[in-house]
Amino acid sequence: MLIKTLLSLTALTLTLTSCTKKQEAENSAGTTAAESSEILVGEYGSMTGGEATFGISTHQGIMLAFKEVNSSPEKLKGKTLKLLSLDDQGKPEEAATAVTKLITQDKVMAIIGEVASSRSLAAAPISQQYKVPMISPSSTNPKVTEVGDFIFRVCFIDPFQGTVMAKFAAENLKVKKVAIMRDVKSDYSVGLANYFKETFTKMGGSIVSEQTYVSNDIDFKAQLTSIKTSKPDAIFIPGYYTEVGLIARQARGLGLKVPLLGGDGWDSSKLFEIGKDSIVGSYFSNHYTTDTTDPRAKDFIAAFKKEFNAVPDGLAALGYDAAKVLIDAMKRSKSLTSSTDLRDAIASTKDFAGVTGMITVNEQRNATKSAVVVKVAGDNNTFVTTINP
Amino acid sequence: MVDFKRSILMPVLVILVCLGIDYVVPEIFNPYLQTLIAYSGINIILAVSLNLVNGFTGQFSIGHAGFMAAGAYMSAFLTMTFPHWAGPIVGLNFFFNTIAGGLLAAAAGFAVGLPSLRLKGDYLAIVTLGFGEIIRVVLLNIEAVGGARGMYGIHHSASIFWTGFWVFICCFTVTRLMNSTHGRAFLSVREDEIAAESMGVDTTKYKVRAFVISSFFAGVAGSIFAHYLCYLNPSSFAFMKSIDVVVMVVLGGMGSISGSFVAAIIITLLPEALRPLQEITTIDFRMVIYSLTLIVLMLTKPQGLFGELEISDLFRKYVKRHS
Repeated sequence: MLIKTLLSLTALTLTLTSCTKKQEAENSAGTTAAESSEILVGEYGSMTGGEATFGISTHQGIMLAFKEVNSSPEKLKGKTLKLLSLDDQGKPEEAATAVTKLITQDKVMAIIGEVASSRSLAAAPISQQYKVPMISPSSTNPKVTEVGDFIFRVCFIDPFQGTVMAKFAAENLKVKKVAIMRDVKSDYSVGLANYFKETFTKMGGSIVSEQTYVSNDIDFKAQLTSIKTSKPDAIFIPGYYTEVGLIARQARGLGLKVPLLGGDGWDSSKLFEIGKDSIVGSYFSNHYTTDTTDPRAKDFIAAFKKEFNAVPDGLAALGYDAAKVLIDAMKRSKSLTSSTDLRDAIASTKDFAGVTGMITVNEQRNATKSAVVVKVAGDNNTFVTTINP
Repeated sequence: MVDFKRSILMPVLVILVCLGIDYVVPEIFNPYLQTLIAYSGINIILAVSLNLVNGFTGQFSIGHAGFMAAGAYMSAFLTMTFPHWAGPIVGLNFFFNTIAGGLLAAAAGFAVGLPSLRLKGDYLAIVTLGFGEIIRVVLLNIEAVGGARGMYGIHHSASIFWTGFWVFICCFTVTRLMNSTHGRAFLSVREDEIAAESMGVDTTKYKVRAFVISSFFAGVAGSIFAHYLCYLNPSSFAFMKSIDVVVMVVLGGMGSISGSFVAAIIITLLPEALRPLQEITTIDFRMVIYSLTLIVLMLTKPQGLFGELEISDLFRKYVKRHS
């Protein structure tokens, strides 16, 4: 019995592995035969696991962009785009395996992914090593594109958001005194706060109080009381929605009525659920908003609703833009066989009109683009202004 | 004299075989399959070493990922800060850094084991679980190793050779250990602690020993992982990683080295082998099938693939039946 089970198990494993190999053989044969009709693009993302919504949103955005190209009459230089997406379960090591598979086994032309900077950082060196261009839709940590000259992104980086909110505070809100509350355990929060401070003081404002907290804190009254005595005109809190919601409630409880400012970490429907009325009237910077007058964004939202029966979130829009930038680069690329040509084409992207703004890829391979500032107003946020770099 | 010859011959042979594998593997397999081979090796070390505690000594530890993390970060930190401290040969540096990582993990194992191995069953499980999480959270807060952002740009020094080498060292150590006086003591602790104690076996001491050796190899596995992936993030060493290793041990059979070996390979390859399925159907039920396979296996063979037997025992049985 034991032997039988063992044997059948071994047989099963062998069949499965041989399947993979056969698949590979077919694939490599397929690409040579279908060289003229199909372009393979790889995607890796967290389709399952704790951050599954991020991966799925991005995937839907990319699929929509690919579908649009494939259904257009001229397609992409007469070829159809094929998307191969692999799940990384939200684990860095799985992301590395997935990208290795996409490049060495499936022989993709380019790679789109990932949302989280940790996964992008694990996979980027592999892309760089095999010289396959990789575009991250929404990894905002500056380190990601520093890996090498084949790694790009279509979102702005963390420091930029700090600058955006400083400009907004000084020019639109016309405030002079701002207090800062930063989450010391988060790279993101510290980065945003530093750049905010730098730009805001340069523009003539002053930082009257600087307080710190740590993710998962519940009580912020001590910091808020200290802030209250310094009488600021606004408070900049570059954190995540859970703490921000709590801070807002406690600030209003203490009689602090000034507006709160923040970054894209606020972007969640949970923000209003936690903060309730206390958070209404505060502002944060984001990649994109559904409350828009931009015709391109409106078209995208309509197409997305038709396809997936849901309102696209920021990640879907960035996934869509990443795919669009790649498609645009493929159209401009001198050849569709050389990855260096494609790399050069992506690097020369200039004033590309995306759903999330005008995208220009700079020398650091980051996107120089505008950010939107939205005002929290109940379940829906209202668009306030666009801030250009 | 014969023994001396044997003791020299064995390591030399192993190194030659590992070098041979190192040379042949890149010729036959593409980098993706090589990655899977390396991951299998890492998981084998983890599973076989955990088997020493969970299978042979009969304790229940679910904090293996924590020790793996300690070893991974220690060795990666050494590689990053002192790239050439052991001379210009990359492999040698890696070898010593791996040992350093293993030693730190062993020290951590000792620190946890000494007070907590007096506990039994569920209580021990909770303590090890807690400790694994503590290591992860501590790493999350150390800025010198990247904190939540992770540590990147680690030199890719872990080749197939080193993976194979450490897999051998681990399996060899555990096999020889189990055939020694110490091994018998481990087994006696598992079978009946009170009886063992009345026979003069210092049960706590033996439990701590098993724990320390097991943690050492977890640290070694972590070091290979760090130098193969070239990127470390505390999220790789979460609670689920420990559970994965426990699953390998249980699936292979508690107390069977060959069982852990085979189960580690199956658990590593199965999700990857199921990927084409996802590509064909475009629905992601890869993890569903993976989990279902585990359930079916556990229902049909609750004692694990090998039970307490080794592959050599099975072979002997088979020969006996057919002769």
